[in-house]
Amino acid sequence: MKNRAFLEINGLKLKYGDKAVLDGVTLKIEPREVLVVMGLSGGGKTTLLNLLLRLMEPTSGTIMFRGEELLSLERRELNRARTRIGMVFQNAALISSMTVAENLALPLRELSDKTPKEIDKAIDEKLELVDLKDAREKLPGELSGGMKKRVGLARALMLDPELVLFDEPSAGLDPIATERIDDLILELKEEHNVTSIVVTHEMESAFAVASRMAFLDKGKIIFDGTPDEIKGTDNKVIQKFLAPYLAHERTGELHHANS
Amino acid sequence: MNNPAEAFVARVGGKALAFLEELGSLTWLAGNTAAEIGDRVAERRPPFRLADFFFQTARVGVGSLPMVILLSVFVGLTMALLTGYQLQKFGVTTLVPPVVGIAFTREMGPLFTGIVLASRIGAAFTAELGAMIAGGEVDALEAMGIGPLRYLVTPRWLAIFCMTPCLAVLSTLSGICGGAFISDLMLQLGYSFFFDQVMLNLMVKDILAGVFKSFVFGALIGLISCYKGLGVKGGAVGVGVATTSSVVTAVSSVIAFDSVINIFLVLLFP
Repeated sequence: MKNRAFLEINGLKLKYGDKAVLDGVTLKIEPREVLVVMGLSGGGKTTLLNLLLRLMEPTSGTIMFRGEELLSLERRELNRARTRIGMVFQNAALISSMTVAENLALPLRELSDKTPKEIDKAIDEKLELVDLKDAREKLPGELSGGMKKRVGLARALMLDPELVLFDEPSAGLDPIATERIDDLILELKEEHNVTSIVVTHEMESAFAVASRMAFLDKGKIIFDGTPDEIKGTDNKVIQKFLAPYLAHERTGELHHANS
Repeated sequence: MNNPAEAFVARVGGKALAFLEELGSLTWLAGNTAAEIGDRVAERRPPFRLADFFFQTARVGVGSLPMVILLSVFVGLTMALLTGYQLQKFGVTTLVPPVVGIAFTREMGPLFTGIVLASRIGAAFTAELGAMIAGGEVDALEAMGIGPLRYLVTPRWLAIFCMTPCLAVLSTLSGICGGAFISDLMLQLGYSFFFDQVMLNLMVKDILAGVFKSFVFGALIGLISCYKGLGVKGGAVGVGVATTSSVVTAVSSVIAFDSVINIFLVLLFP
């Protein structure tokens, strides 16, 4: 058990007829890692996260989470395993008819034995973590995009998960909100020992939070390594994908050196 | 497929297959909701929150009451009036109270309640569950390990299942009252005579038939509306399509099941 990875994905495939959305994805994630998964739009990144939670069923492959094969779990065990994995959805997916506090209380109310007082305390703690104490009684419709994402993150953390999945956490956010989310991902790793998988297109965010990076192209992992290694890769697709960011980074360095 | 007969058979076959598929999915929804409830019970946790159940019962029951009563009073009134004018020709207007009483208890009360609930509440259930699907809220519930079928379907289904018979009884009473009012006004049949005749002619099997039918209608409307809502595809347009389909399917099913139950009841308890 000791040699087993925290999360091990092996030969994960998802096919619709002849079309392979994921074509044999293999990844290993160690505890306290922040793995950033990048790739072109429609490359299967969100599908990968959905498969990890079994919101979709793969065609073949295995997903070992903490020594447990997720794909062979029965519904009851699967739901138990899901409580150890938090997911921050791209659109936050907050329950629109509930206030922020009710959204956060939901997993605890449904899945834990905590008293209303303890649940209230946990809500305050998580809202403080995401810096949104004032939003407690607001409805999701009254929140900005960045605030919704932070509430989504707070809800994902309510059951103190070991693994958090982020689906495009900074998509559509301004630079300040993006930086706040990036800081939170790092804070989770440093202070709460949370392992994260972040799916993103935003290069600055990706390099700010990643301890490892993987690149998904046409359903296959074509790169798996450190942020420094990906910058030096000779893969043409990745070079093209990173070119604007690296050029921007070089300009910044040059400007910095000149001044 | 140039042969028109062949094309016709293929079209009918296709429709039959689609119907069986829908029936299979409905059974899947009912089975999986029951299984999720079973999981919760095995974990010694309540399958749903009582507050959610009472919220839905208030919405289904209290919320639909004015419409059910209004509709039933007017239908009862019209029925008594038209029946009375026809029976007047034969000098047997005294048959109006039993006709209205039995018709409303066995048939009209449960049927009108079913139609009102299918269009008013069934549409609302489908639209809100559909919007939750489109907004990813159902996926979020599932991702958290909260069985979405148990959490979303159970209180809604149970509320409409329990409330339909209650509303059907009130619809029956309202229809009879409407009939009594017009009979007193235009057919020279006093209130006490009208109600006495209703009580004298009504049999326990009429009351049981009405109550049994309304339980079946409630179960059908709840299941169909939740199924249509959870099966939404394609965002806002999908929600609209599903809501229309939900109302059409639920109303048709209520009427079809009403006929089937009537046939069986008449055959079994003549």
